[in-house]
Amino acid sequence: MAQPLVVLQDVNKHFGDLHVLKSIDLSVDKGEVVIVIGPSGSGKSTMCRTINRLETIESGTITIDGKPLPEEGKDLAQLRADVGMVFQSFNLFAHKTILDNVTLGPIKVRKKSKSQAEKDAMALLERVGVQEQAHKYPAQLSGGQQQRVAIARSLAMEPKVMLFDEPTSALDPEMINEVLDVMVGLAKDGMTMIVITHEMGFARKAANRVVFMDDGQIVEQATPQEFFTNPRSARAKDFLAKILTH
Amino acid sequence: MDELFDQFDIWSAFGQTIYLAFFSALGALILGTVLAVMRVGPVGIFNRAGAAYVNLVRNTPLTLIVTFCLLALHYQLKINLAPATSSTSIVDNGVRWAIVGLIVYHAAFVCEALRSGINTVPPGQAEAARSIGLGFGQSLRYVVLPQAFRGAIAPLASVLIALIKNTTVAYAIGVAETAAFMRDALEFRPDLSLMIFLLVAGFFVLLTMPLGILLTNLSQRMAVKR
Repeated sequence: MAQPLVVLQDVNKHFGDLHVLKSIDLSVDKGEVVIVIGPSGSGKSTMCRTINRLETIESGTITIDGKPLPEEGKDLAQLRADVGMVFQSFNLFAHKTILDNVTLGPIKVRKKSKSQAEKDAMALLERVGVQEQAHKYPAQLSGGQQQRVAIARSLAMEPKVMLFDEPTSALDPEMINEVLDVMVGLAKDGMTMIVITHEMGFARKAANRVVFMDDGQIVEQATPQEFFTNPRSARAKDFLAKILTH
Repeated sequence: MDELFDQFDIWSAFGQTIYLAFFSALGALILGTVLAVMRVGPVGIFNRAGAAYVNLVRNTPLTLIVTFCLLALHYQLKINLAPATSSTSIVDNGVRWAIVGLIVYHAAFVCEALRSGINTVPPGQAEAARSIGLGFGQSLRYVVLPQAFRGAIAPLASVLIALIKNTTVAYAIGVAETAAFMRDALEFRPDLSLMIFLLVAGFFVLLTMPLGILLTNLSQRMAVKR
């Protein structure tokens, strides 16, 4: 078997006295879609952010495509370009148009020509269904549209893996599906994805594996089918009971 | 009024004030931006150097800084900002050292105004910038600073207005600007002192008020919608 794309080994991190990541081991293969779920404060978001070093770690190793995560500087920037990130709060560049949001990385980091970057960006915006908004500013778009633009902005860098940090948690219910549809499409196209979400529908439809975290640890890993119907650990049972009773 | 204009070179005094203000503002904006970048950057030594600069300069009287520039740096340490041989050497050195003093002093305030602007930019903007592979400098240049400047227009306007009025301190080192005219006029035409005060006040209000209104307007129009 080929080597896994993302590997975390014995990763530890504290916020002050709080041990937020406790000896995390996780490996994600190329093309795999991994869902991370767990109660809030369980460290799932922090874990996700360590993978492109938005959060530093204290011990352990993280490798991407066989290469350990660089400390700082140009190498780190280069690595981040290869790791797409979609945030809960979209974080589109507020002073730039939708099109400029998507072309900034390709032009400044990938050194694409402006015309090529714009052509590619328009194709991506069409793929996520917001091509008509290309010349508007982020604040003029709905949350669902903004999040789809954020996905297009990540895709424009042609990343090896994409991280989604609760991509639908800040959205109104009627907008969640338009974002999930785009993500299901990505998964079908073979994108490697690590997704923090509580959307069971998405997990069932697109995920290869569910990782359940609680209290800074990975408690359980299983296929979505197995995890949702027959969780092994008591904590997972308890958590699922809480979110599924409604 | 006409008598005053006949007796004194008021226009050249006003011109000198505008000259001082323009170049000091330009310099303070550049140096202040450098300082702000140093203070928010990831390099510890630059953070501390920037903070030390701001705290030292901001808490020192402007009159001290301007007189220090001319008396200590120019006269004692013989640093010339204009060729010593030129016939206008004394005047040029006075004006240029005044500008240096004004830049040094106001850069500290520009730096703090910009930092407050940077604080209006949500941290997620810089995270998003870094996550598409922009380096620290690129994130600042393309994402954080353009938004920070817009958020800083209102505080920067206050700094600019203060700077324009503070150019009068150049009078302490003999620059022939508006305050110097005022002193001469008051000395030789005490009978017109009320008129002289009103004229000078009117000049400064005319200079700063439209600027204030313009910049406040601009800060509202340029505000980043979130």
